[in-house]
Amino acid sequence: MTATVAPPAPAEAAASRPAPLGAALLFELAKQLSTWRTRLVLLACWLAPAGFVAVVSQQTPLPADTVFGRWMLSTGWAGALVILGFASSYALPLLTSLVAGDAFAVEDRLGTWRHLVMAVRSPRRIFAAKALAALVVVLVMVLGLAVSGVAGGLLSVGNHPLPGLDGHLLSPADAARTVALAWACALAPTLAYAGVGLLGSVLLGRNPMGLLVPAVLALGLQLVQALPIPVAVRLALPGSALITWRGLFMAPAQTGPLVLGIVVALAWAVVSTGAAYALFVRRDFTDLANDGAGRRTLTGGVLPLAALTAVTVAVVALATPASGSGIDKAKLDANLATSFAHLYRLQTAELHRPAVTEAQLGTSADCDRGGSLGEDVGAGNDWRCVVTWHLPGTTATGSAIYQLDVTADGRYVADGDGPKEVNGYFTVHTVSGDAPNPLWQLDGSVDLLTPSKG
Amino acid sequence: MATPAVRARGITKTFGEVIALNEVDLDIPSGQVHGLVGPNGAGKTTLLGLLLGLSAVDSGTLEVLGSPVGRALTVPDGVAGFVDGPALYPALTARQNLEALASLRGHRTSGARRATEALAEVGLEDVADDRLRGFSLGMRQRLGLAAALLTEPRLLVLDEPANGLDPAGKHHVHRVLTRLAAGGTAVVLSSHRMDDLAALCSEVTLLAGGRVVFTGPLAKLAAESGDLDYRVTTADAAAARAVAASVDDLHVVEADGRSAVDALVVRGGTDAMDRLVVALVHAGVALRELAPVVPPLEAAFLALTLPDDAPVDAPDPKDQEAAR
Repeated sequence: MTATVAPPAPAEAAASRPAPLGAALLFELAKQLSTWRTRLVLLACWLAPAGFVAVVSQQTPLPADTVFGRWMLSTGWAGALVILGFASSYALPLLTSLVAGDAFAVEDRLGTWRHLVMAVRSPRRIFAAKALAALVVVLVMVLGLAVSGVAGGLLSVGNHPLPGLDGHLLSPADAARTVALAWACALAPTLAYAGVGLLGSVLLGRNPMGLLVPAVLALGLQLVQALPIPVAVRLALPGSALITWRGLFMAPAQTGPLVLGIVVALAWAVVSTGAAYALFVRRDFTDLANDGAGRRTLTGGVLPLAALTAVTVAVVALATPASGSGIDKAKLDANLATSFAHLYRLQTAELHRPAVTEAQLGTSADCDRGGSLGEDVGAGNDWRCVVTWHLPGTTATGSAIYQLDVTADGRYVADGDGPKEVNGYFTVHTVSGDAPNPLWQLDGSVDLLTPSKG
Repeated sequence: MATPAVRARGITKTFGEVIALNEVDLDIPSGQVHGLVGPNGAGKTTLLGLLLGLSAVDSGTLEVLGSPVGRALTVPDGVAGFVDGPALYPALTARQNLEALASLRGHRTSGARRATEALAEVGLEDVADDRLRGFSLGMRQRLGLAAALLTEPRLLVLDEPANGLDPAGKHHVHRVLTRLAAGGTAVVLSSHRMDDLAALCSEVTLLAGGRVVFTGPLAKLAAESGDLDYRVTTADAAAARAVAASVDDLHVVEADGRSAVDALVVRGGTDAMDRLVVALVHAGVALRELAPVVPPLEAAFLALTLPDDAPVDAPDPKDQEAAR
């Protein structure tokens, strides 16, 4: 436009002031909390996990297909971890979809952009207020899931030691710390989903697909993670920390994949939120017909995240010893032997036998995949392992067989195949009656990031 | 001389290939209700959006309340209003909407008082704590006006504020706008309702095709209408027709079948109409009603905005009656 030389009249030229960020944030929170949908979801987050854990912890069968599900009868801390496992797959992406995915789209639906822009007078502050409000609501929801799950477990089962994924016992205090840390680690991928939700909401406007972007992304990532992809790709995905928190329950903790997953997730959160910001502040708010989509969806939304994925895969591949699937015989041998030793001690205690140490047992495992024909690497349900150990008080050795179902994310379920007295049956006879046999089925997790010892 | 509330010189605004405003000049003084009229697509909403700071001009200069406006969202404080109808939040109550708005505009401590006063001013105090999702269009219009009043504006920009209002609501809104103008606020009012403009505005600006085709006092706009069609209802239609035919510069328009049987439609200027009335009285024909078929403002609007060869339909008398 042409230059305007007339200076503002002193009495009338009160400069346009953007609304204070605090006021804008409070307004966004008020809008969020005024909707029945948000209120119901918040209520569900704070109540449903407790109810679920309380009910499930009182009955059999237990949700043994979920990590720590088989320990729900034994300790209250397992319930919160079952909820975390469920939330990692479904609840967290859906919550971020509902909150962050709708943060901007709701103004398009209501036709309130002009009103809001005139009231706040700064697209930057609108963005900051909306992003912060979405973050606050999501955090309150996640906190509700965690607290509710813990409360339900502790009230219905009790504050007992928690067996880790390698069978070692965590004292109640250690369990509390580790459960809290696991939930905290899950916040990083939740932030990544929230950032993607904000981006989808800005890009797609009133288009319903905008609301679903985090959920669709999570579903896609789960499908990819179920495939036998290279470990460098697996660990460079934004949702990997929702799986690798399990490594906290190993001794020593498998922190490498977890830290990597958190860094990648935070990078996704920053890049997606930054892309959303860049697109939002360039928006023409006089265009009521704006419904997003179009070419900028690709250039402003998809390309930055695709580039980030490529960079993270390259960095992980170059900077870490990760290779192949990350699953091999040596890792399974060591992992299963350790878990067996820890759980053998647990079984010994249940049977009121003299206590033994892992060193006295000298446990080892020999795993094989698919007989002599196949290579002993990768995920699959055709792993067979023979565990041997020194029988306490004798010079003889014992052996037990396990069938392993190893999934591509490094988790495995070892199903005992006998002998019956050791791991072939789901209960053991104790002086006080039948008790769950800790060696019958056990969960484990291998560190995909460590180099193969084979 | 006092600084005008709005001073525009040669402002142009385009959207892609579409020229929404083309070299528009405009002066709107304070303390006046200024009407903005024009056919659909004339550029009214674009102009209102510029005044509210929602977008910026591509070229030309625009000063609002004495401040040059070069970028979007840089209009000075003291400007309020809405375009395309007020848009507030249906999940919040009327009071919550207004208090939040007051807080955003920096009136955190006085927000509750301002909201209460604004609601009372537009007659919504009884529904102040109801959620908006149950509000009628008219109630939303009034709440939009209340939202604009919160910040004690010196320039109030309203787009079709009478939409959906019942007669009482319209009266309420007119009273508020008149009071504001009397207090020194410049009110810019866009409307298709000529009766609203006639009742409220001192001056009007008529836009067509992104250009100003008229700006000035209402009376001057009415004069632009030229010869009008008048409906003449008498006790004796046949005699009246004969009298009308004898009046110079007056033409009897053939009935279109929609007029009452005792009515006659004639076309002419005000002088010719004066002579017709005198002639009817001399001829002993009782005159029951004499009214323009199309109101002068509307006729002027059509004369200035329609192509010369476009037919002008007289409104159905039943519609006119309903509108009244």
